[in-house]
Amino acid sequence: MSQKTPNQKAWYFVVPVVVLVAFNAVIPLMTVVNYSVQETFGDNVFFWEGVKWFQQVLHSERFHASLLRQLAFTGMILLIEVPLGIAVALSMPRKGPWVSVCLVLMALPLLIPWNVVGAMWNIFALPEIGLLGRMVNGIGIDYNFTQQPVSAWMTTVAMDVWHWTSLVVLLTYAGLCSIPDAYYQAAKIDGASAWAVFRYIQLPKLKHVLTIAILLRFMDSFMIYTEPFVLTGGGPGNTTTFLSIDLVKIALGQFDLGPAAAMSLIYFLIVLLVCWVFYTLMMRDEDQ
Amino acid sequence: MKAYKWLVPTFYIVFLMLPIYWLLNMSFKTTNEILGVFSLWPRDFTVGNYAKIFTDPTWYNGYINSITYVVINTVISVSVALPAAYAFSRYRFLGDKHLFFWLLTNRMAPPAIFALPFFQLYSAIGLFDTHIAVALAHCLFNIPLAVWILEGFMSAVPKELDETAYLDGYSFWRFFLKIFLPTIAAGIGVAAFFCFMYSWVELLLAKTLTSVAAKPIAATMTRTASTAGYELGLLAAAGTLTIIPGAFVIYFVRHYIAKGFALGRV
Amino acid sequence: MAKITLDNIRHSYSADPRDEQDFALKKIDAVWDDGGAYALLGPSGCGKTTLLNIISGLLTPSEGSVLFDDIDVTNTPTGERHIAQVFQFPVVYDTMTVYDNLAFPLRNRGVPEDRIRARVHEIAEMLDLAGMLRRRAAKLTADGKQKISLGRGLVRADVNVIMFDEPLTVIDPHLKWLLRSKLKELHRQVGTTMIYVTHDQTEALTFADRVVVMVDGTVVQVGTPVELFEKPKHTFVGHFIGSPGMNVLPCELSGGRASFAGAVLRTASDATNPGPGVLEIGVRPEYVRFDNDGFPVQVLKVDDLGRYRIVELRREGHSIKMIAGEDERIPSENPRISFDPAHTRIYADGWVVN
Repeated sequence: MSQKTPNQKAWYFVVPVVVLVAFNAVIPLMTVVNYSVQETFGDNVFFWEGVKWFQQVLHSERFHASLLRQLAFTGMILLIEVPLGIAVALSMPRKGPWVSVCLVLMALPLLIPWNVVGAMWNIFALPEIGLLGRMVNGIGIDYNFTQQPVSAWMTTVAMDVWHWTSLVVLLTYAGLCSIPDAYYQAAKIDGASAWAVFRYIQLPKLKHVLTIAILLRFMDSFMIYTEPFVLTGGGPGNTTTFLSIDLVKIALGQFDLGPAAAMSLIYFLIVLLVCWVFYTLMMRDEDQ
Repeated sequence: MKAYKWLVPTFYIVFLMLPIYWLLNMSFKTTNEILGVFSLWPRDFTVGNYAKIFTDPTWYNGYINSITYVVINTVISVSVALPAAYAFSRYRFLGDKHLFFWLLTNRMAPPAIFALPFFQLYSAIGLFDTHIAVALAHCLFNIPLAVWILEGFMSAVPKELDETAYLDGYSFWRFFLKIFLPTIAAGIGVAAFFCFMYSWVELLLAKTLTSVAAKPIAATMTRTASTAGYELGLLAAAGTLTIIPGAFVIYFVRHYIAKGFALGRV
Repeated sequence: MAKITLDNIRHSYSADPRDEQDFALKKIDAVWDDGGAYALLGPSGCGKTTLLNIISGLLTPSEGSVLFDDIDVTNTPTGERHIAQVFQFPVVYDTMTVYDNLAFPLRNRGVPEDRIRARVHEIAEMLDLAGMLRRRAAKLTADGKQKISLGRGLVRADVNVIMFDEPLTVIDPHLKWLLRSKLKELHRQVGTTMIYVTHDQTEALTFADRVVVMVDGTVVQVGTPVELFEKPKHTFVGHFIGSPGMNVLPCELSGGRASFAGAVLRTASDATNPGPGVLEIGVRPEYVRFDNDGFPVQVLKVDDLGRYRIVELRREGHSIKMIAGEDERIPSENPRISFDPAHTRIYADGWVVN
C-alpha cells in the first residue's frame, strides 16, 4: 500500500461533503442540544433548565421500559440472524449457474421500502386473512399479533429476520468466496473434517466480515422504526414500542421538546459508543 | 449429507418468497374477496387495483415522487463523495482521521433523532414538501456511506496510476475523469446502488419532510388505512409495485453485489 | 513412498471438448520412480498445475488413469491417496500454534498424542522450527509459514509423494536460496518421492534429479539437468534452459548438407533425411566459437558479466549469441565463427532430428 502524501489542499475536495453532511447533522443537533437544556411554554420563550430533562429521562420508567424492550429485541434478532445467515452462506455453492439467481432472490427483501415490509407482514400475519395467521391458528395455536404481546413480539422478530438475514448471508458469502481454494485443498490433504474446516479456516477468515455484519445489525436494529410501527403500531398497548418509536411519539406526537431532545442525546450517545468500538475494532483489524 | 446442502438455501428462499407471494396474491383480489374468502390464489382475478394506481394521480405521483428524490439523492451523494473519497484515499491532511470518523457516525445516527429537527430546519428554509428536501436529508447518511465505499475501491488502485498520468502530462481533472473514474467503475456502481437502496427504503424522514407535493409512495399507502377503511387489495398492489424498482436494480448490479459486500462497506 | 504412473492422461476443463485446443493436457504418459526428486518445468499455462492436481486427486482427469505402485487411484479421493502438497502461498491454520499446525494431520487420523509429540519435534528439528513451536502460526514470516506447510506434509509417515506448486513464489529472494537448499537436503534425509513444479529453471535444475519439461499440455523431454542442457530434444527445452538460451536459427538443406544463411554446417543430426517440417538449427552460445575457418559475422555488442561475456553477433539479419571467456580476444576485423558440430542439431518443427 503506497503512502499517502500530506496535502492540506485536499480539504477543497472534502468541502462539499462536509457542507452537505454538516448542514444535516450539525444544525439539527444544535437544535436538539438547545431543546434538551431548556423549557418552553410556547411563543418561542425559553427557560434554562440545565440537566433537568436528562435526569427526568434517565429516571423515567417509560424510558427504561423502551430501552429494555429495545435491548431484548436487538439481542433476539442477533442471536437468530447471525447463525442463520452464516448457515445459509455456508450452504451456497461458490460457483455455478444457480448462484446469481439465489443471490438476487435473497437480496430482494433488502430493497423493499420499510413500510411495505411492515404492511406485507401485517397482511401476512393477520389471523383471519393472512397466510401465516391462518396456518398457525390452523394447527391449533391461538395466534393474534394485534392482541397478544407474545405473538406481537414473535411476529416482529420473524419479520426482522425475514428482512435482514440476507445482509448477513451476502456479507458472509462474499467473505467465504474470498478464501483461496488452496486452503480447502490443504484441509482435504490434511484429512480435516467439515467442522474443522469451519472452525480453523472459515471462521477465522470471516472475522472481519462478521464483525461488520454483527455491528451493522446491532446499529440498524437499535434504530428500528418503520417496520414495527407499521406492523403493530408499537402495540398491543406499548409492548412492542422500541426506542425510536417511543422517541417519535414523544417528539412529533406530544411535542414534548425538552424530554424528546434529552432522550435523543442519550440515545445518540449510546449509539456513538458502540460506533466507536466498531471503528476501533475495524482499524485495529486493518492494521494487522 | 452433502447432497442435501441445497435444501438450506431452498428453504430459506421459499421462506423469503412467501410473504411476497401473499402480497402478490392479494393484489389481484378485490378487498371484498380478501375479507370474504381465504384462498391461495385469486378466485376472481382482477387487475382493478393496479388499474386504480396507474390512473389515479394521487397514487402514481407517489411513485414518481419517490423515484425523483431517490435519483436526485443518489446523484448528489455519489458526485460529492467522489472527490472526497479521493482525498481520503490519497492524502493526509489536518483532521482527516477525525473527519472520516465523524462522517461514519452520521451513518449510524438514528433517524428518529432527526425527525423533529429536520422538520423545523427544512420548514425554516422554505424547502418543506419538496423533493430536494428529502434528497438533501438523505444525504446525511448516504454521503458518508458513498465516501466509505468509494474510498475502499480507490485505495485498491495503486498510486502509481496517478503518478504515471501526471508524468504523461494529464491535468488533475482530466486524469480523474478519463482514467481514474473508469478504473473504479465497479465502485461507483456499488456506491450508487447502496445510495439508491437506502434512500428508496427510508421512510421516517421522507414522510416527515413532505405533505402533498412531494409525497412519497409510502405516505400514500397509509392513506388506504385511514380514509376508506382498509383497502387491502389496493394496498397490496401498491406494495407490489414498490418491489419492482428494487428488483430491477438488484438484477442489474448482481455481479457487483458480491464485490461490494466483499469490501464490507455497507 | 510410491512409484507414480500416469497412463494416457488427457484433461479438458470444458464440459464438451472438441479439438486439441480445448485440452489443457494433451497426452501425458510418465513414470516417476519411487523416492526420486523430480521437477516439472514449463512456462505459465503449460498445464503443470493441472497435472499436479491430477496426481494429488484435487482434479479427476477427463481421460486416462493415475497409478500409485500400480494400483489405480484415479477415483480415490485426495485424503486417501496419502499425498502432501505445498502451495504457492503459505497455507497455515492462523489460529493454531506451530505445534498444533504440525500435529493437525496426525490428530485427524487418530494418532496417539505421545507419538504426535515425538514426530512433531523430529520434523521441527529438521526444518529449524524447533524454537517456535509455541508461537501462533500467523506470526511467522512467509518462509516460516511455508516450512510449516512442508512440515505438515512430512509429519505423516505414510506419505507417498510430496508435491510443491511453485512454493518459493512469495519468499524473499535472499531466503529462496536457503529454502531451496533445505528442500534438497530434506529429500536426501527423508527419501520420499518429491515433485516440484516451477517455471524457474534455476529452481528446477538445482532441486531435481530428473526434470520433466512441459509445454502447452505435453511433455517435451524428461532427463537429468545435464541431459537437458547438452541434448535438448525440443527447441523449447533448448531455449528455456540456459541463460542465455540456445540459438535457434533457420536452416536450409542442399545436397545432404545443412546450412545456415549460406554457411554450410556439420551437425550431430543426420542431415540427409531430416523428415518433414520447418527446419531449424539449434546450438547453445557455449558452443559457438571464433574460428578463422568459419563463416563471417558482424559483432553487434558485448555484454561483460565479469567471469564471461555474452557476445551478440549477426549474420544476414539473424542474431546469434555466443559466450566468450573473460580473457578471450574478440577479433575486431572480419570476425568468423563456427559451431561445435557435436553440439549442433537440426530441429524439424521444433523436435530434434537424430
